[in-house]
Amino acid sequence: MARMKFICDAERCIECNGCVTACKNEHEVPWGVNRRRVVTVNDGEIGAEKSISVACMHCSDAPCMAVCPVDCFYKTTEGVVLHNKDTCIGCGYCSYACPFGAPQFPSQGTFGMRGKMDKCTFCAGGPEENGTQAEFEKYGRNRLAEGKLPACAEMCATKALLAGDGDVVSDIFRNRVTNRQNNGKAAGGDVFGWGTAYGMPKKGATPATSGAKS
Amino acid sequence: MRILSVFILAMMVSACSEYPQTMGAGTDVPSYMGTKNGFVEKNWTPGDKVSWEAQLKSRSKGQDEYTR
Repeated sequence: MARMKFICDAERCIECNGCVTACKNEHEVPWGVNRRRVVTVNDGEIGAEKSISVACMHCSDAPCMAVCPVDCFYKTTEGVVLHNKDTCIGCGYCSYACPFGAPQFPSQGTFGMRGKMDKCTFCAGGPEENGTQAEFEKYGRNRLAEGKLPACAEMCATKALLAGDGDVVSDIFRNRVTNRQNNGKAAGGDVFGWGTAYGMPKKGATPATSGAKS
Repeated sequence: MRILSVFILAMMVSACSEYPQTMGAGTDVPSYMGTKNGFVEKNWTPGDKVSWEAQLKSRSKGQDEYTR
């Protein structure tokens, strides 16, 4: 199996915040902590306004893992970046290192002090036993262990947010982009797609064709 | 009187216990091992990695309205 990945199709995201609500509800995330959020750019500009759902992207070379002084992060064989709250000291280094602002810190403790880090788990729980109350209270539901995908993506009304096996997800997105190109519509592959995240195509390069691997 | 004072002392000392702060499992159990919470999908066998991967792959493909 390839790595587990998220991708948000900015041509489809309608800023409904269904993914945010699904995440909040599924994991009973406390007030003030947003494991997922929808970001809108060019707000109000007709034709230029784009929204994208952002959470932990479960990076292949995760900067949060690199900077953590107590080494509380670990990665599953499916490439999901998780952390151990028993080890976390709530220092916040991961928050500064993360380019997506994924690490969140509850501030409901004494004097509003910063609590232990909380972030998207790709609905894969944490180091506690799968599906137990202890795991739920610390990390939320473990949907992967139930044979399901993350709630945010499964709940997405327009299927803008895709989650799952990286090969499958990229095939779906590539197919969409190709279809839009063939129909003369804005393809969207160069807006917030992987081309933007992992390097823009060179000038003069031919666009991806149907079935071609990126 | 002595028994009573010992009992009271024992009760007072028992209040000095702490909330358990034992470390978690440390090493995570793989997702394909499944869970026993009753919400597991029926199309795969917990503990069988191949069937779990197939289940997630088919679920991932279900997000594509061009092919489903």
